[in-house]
Amino acid sequence: MTHSLDHLPSAKEVGTYDPATLAHNFSDLHPPLTPRQAIIESQRCLYCYDAPCVEACPSDIDIPSFIRQISENNINGAAETILEANILGGSCARVCPTEILCERSCVRNHDAECQPVLIGLLQRYATDHMQFESHPFKRAASTGRHIAVVGAGPAGLSCAHRLAMLGHQVTVFEAEQKPGGLNEYGIARYKMTDDFARKEVEFLLEVGGIDLQYGQRLGYNLELSTLQQQYDSVFLGLGLGASRALGLTGENAPGLMPAVDYIKTLRQTDDLGSLTVAKRCIVIGAGNTAIDMATQMARLGATEVTLVYRRGVEAMSATDHEQEIAKANGVHMVTWAQPDEILLDDQGRVAGMRFAKTVEQAGQLTSTGETIEIAADAIFKAIGQSFDNTSLADATAAELARDGERIHVNEMFQTSLPNVYAGGDCVKPGQDLTVQAVQHGKLAAHAIHQALAAQQEAA
Amino acid sequence: MNTTPFNTLSFPGKKNSGDSVVNGVDLSVNFAGIKAPNPFWLASAPPTDKAYNVVRAYEAGWGGVVWKTLGEEPPAVNVSSRYSAHYGKNREVIGFNNIELITDRSLEINLKEITQVKKDWPDRALIVSIMVPCNEEAWAYILPLVEATGADGIELNLGCPHGMPERGMGAAVGQNPDLIEKVTYWCKKHYSKPVIVKLTPNITDIRVGAQAALRGGADAVSLINTINSITSIDLDNMVAKPTVGHQSTHGGYCGSAVKPIAMNMVAEIARDPATPTLPISGIGGISTWRDAAEFIALGSGSVQVCTAAMLNGFRIVEEIKDGLSRWMAEKGYDSIEAFSRKAIPQTTDWKHLDINFKTIAKIDQDLCIECGRCYIACEDTSHQSIAKLTELNGARRYEVIEEECVGCNLCQITCPVENCITMVPQETGQPFLAWDNDPRNPFRVAS
Repeated sequence: MTHSLDHLPSAKEVGTYDPATLAHNFSDLHPPLTPRQAIIESQRCLYCYDAPCVEACPSDIDIPSFIRQISENNINGAAETILEANILGGSCARVCPTEILCERSCVRNHDAECQPVLIGLLQRYATDHMQFESHPFKRAASTGRHIAVVGAGPAGLSCAHRLAMLGHQVTVFEAEQKPGGLNEYGIARYKMTDDFARKEVEFLLEVGGIDLQYGQRLGYNLELSTLQQQYDSVFLGLGLGASRALGLTGENAPGLMPAVDYIKTLRQTDDLGSLTVAKRCIVIGAGNTAIDMATQMARLGATEVTLVYRRGVEAMSATDHEQEIAKANGVHMVTWAQPDEILLDDQGRVAGMRFAKTVEQAGQLTSTGETIEIAADAIFKAIGQSFDNTSLADATAAELARDGERIHVNEMFQTSLPNVYAGGDCVKPGQDLTVQAVQHGKLAAHAIHQALAAQQEAA
Repeated sequence: MNTTPFNTLSFPGKKNSGDSVVNGVDLSVNFAGIKAPNPFWLASAPPTDKAYNVVRAYEAGWGGVVWKTLGEEPPAVNVSSRYSAHYGKNREVIGFNNIELITDRSLEINLKEITQVKKDWPDRALIVSIMVPCNEEAWAYILPLVEATGADGIELNLGCPHGMPERGMGAAVGQNPDLIEKVTYWCKKHYSKPVIVKLTPNITDIRVGAQAALRGGADAVSLINTINSITSIDLDNMVAKPTVGHQSTHGGYCGSAVKPIAMNMVAEIARDPATPTLPISGIGGISTWRDAAEFIALGSGSVQVCTAAMLNGFRIVEEIKDGLSRWMAEKGYDSIEAFSRKAIPQTTDWKHLDINFKTIAKIDQDLCIECGRCYIACEDTSHQSIAKLTELNGARRYEVIEEECVGCNLCQITCPVENCITMVPQETGQPFLAWDNDPRNPFRVAS
């Protein structure tokens, strides 16, 4: 995946960090709460009525209830409260931007109340410390229906688990060799330590009735029309597999690659020291992927990491909290500059980039005519993901109504094709958050269940 | 011999642990003839079991000590595992429970130590707690021995709720007014200094015990002793705590949790026409200067502390003295006596309350954090007097429906923000009307 960087040294060769420090750099960014800390923090929850945090949670977790359960040392109860609303509550506790969701709406943000309750860390405490003798959710009697789920990411897994609970048989088709989607391949390594993504999926599958098939990629060795014919319903939980292009000459030059591809390698490696490191690198983008890329490169031992964004910080989709993490890791932020030319050395490898300074005039971004050059051994683009066009290229998939690029769905997560549903990053109404994908999958499962039940009654 | 360690030598500005004047306020008391530099005494309990502890308490600044209860020979024998707690969710100790008996040291050693400590610390109050069987001979034997120590007075332990009642002592006496009177009478007969009768709360009407003590000639009462209690059950082994082997027994409850019960009992005696001037030493969950001030306002002439010292050490008396003296200076009270009983005239029977008084809740919208606790409390369990509204920007807004509000205080109590909800007395235009005189009262007294 990182062949584009093969000419660069490894982290071990760069030698900024010894192996122990390197391992430490990729351990938990936010250490979990100890039992004592969890009890003390749980006491801070005011157990609000119609709590604002619940309204802010995309997956409708009953936050005051699970925190009160923690305060009563009922950890399994707390975990079940979380998981019944969000079966991936463990990973959401790690990756949710709580600072813009539940914790932002906590009433303890008011001036006199100092700071919000640490809801994310409490959720992690409950899900880390639960101890069930068997899977806590039971399956309803078999409905005899079989549903295909495409994609074993958060949306697909959530949908599959809920469908299984409702008594359906589920087959999940996953393009990669491991389940989890971005939890497994895309989230920064220090946010998802100790192989948690895999463990969480193992737990989820304990519900039973879910068959996972790997290496099954829609548009390549899997066709939507076949799924539509062979299964009672289909749920599409596709990811956005393609990285957007800069549209500049030299886009394929050694040294330039998508950030998500690098992160995928970083997440899968057993040997951090073997990863190639660009001592001086540029990350282009303004989202959490850009932040994750820049921060991880710094933590691997890069000495000059520059994050470049064409607009100002206020327009960045990465939260303030994420930006602070990058700054704390020594990442330079350059704003109001857009890629103009990829600078190559005499061997045609990346040597840096020229940026055109920008300014916003009447809502339009225009060049000021001024340029800046930043020397770099590698450029990572994190300017957004899009559909791998082949995935929706078969005759049936091509008929799916779209909202722009994304698949159009109604409020019941139904696509324009009969019995085909979709949710997660591949549909329009979303914030591209893990927690949002989980909610889509869960709601789509209920919609599928209701539709099948209605068909049965009508028959 | 009383040596003064080098590091406690006085120097200008250094506070002496026995100074009665703190922050310019005189905290000294003369309680039923017992003088002390301040009203803060350690109650008869483990912290006052021997000279070592008592000396440390005096060094720390306690005004007096009630020495742990002496009894007949042979001394009591205690079990191992003695205390347990009722915890708040954050592991703060709300209530404390013990199954310890009276002193388990010999009478001779105790008397010797008491004599020496009194000699070394003449300015501090030293009171000896006593419990012997309910016959005159037993009391006639021990009282002269105690008198010979030079201690300032005695406190009759008629309240111990565990172990001793099974032997016909402690609460077994304190629950029988005739026995209280009789034992007090014997004490006055065989002992020349002040006699304080410690009352048990494990009765139906505390006033009966106080009246009996007064009839017997008591110089003062002290209350409350501990309350019968079981603090918690080990649900794995189905046994209460503290656990002795595989069993447990009820203990005596004290600590912050008992303060409201103790204060009511103190007030009951203070406002009882039968005991209008009987000095009261208040006991029960006192851990801060404010607790002490409240007990004094309800009629206590001195206060006794135990649990707070057991949980924090003797040093807490410094904060108590400092806090109380600053508050007294601010209020213009120049002595403990100056505000003792100040809250009694306003403490009355329900039937004398003004039935026409009306207060209603007011929510300060600027302080409100929109938690909704007041709303759900009122809606589910009270008078449906708070409306839940949503502002155009999505913010919640809670408003009191004034015509429905009965002024119960529940919303104010459940609100996490201090002063956000206040109870505002209303101008009703109606005169004071006690239930005694209310026309709706079938047993009214014509006014």
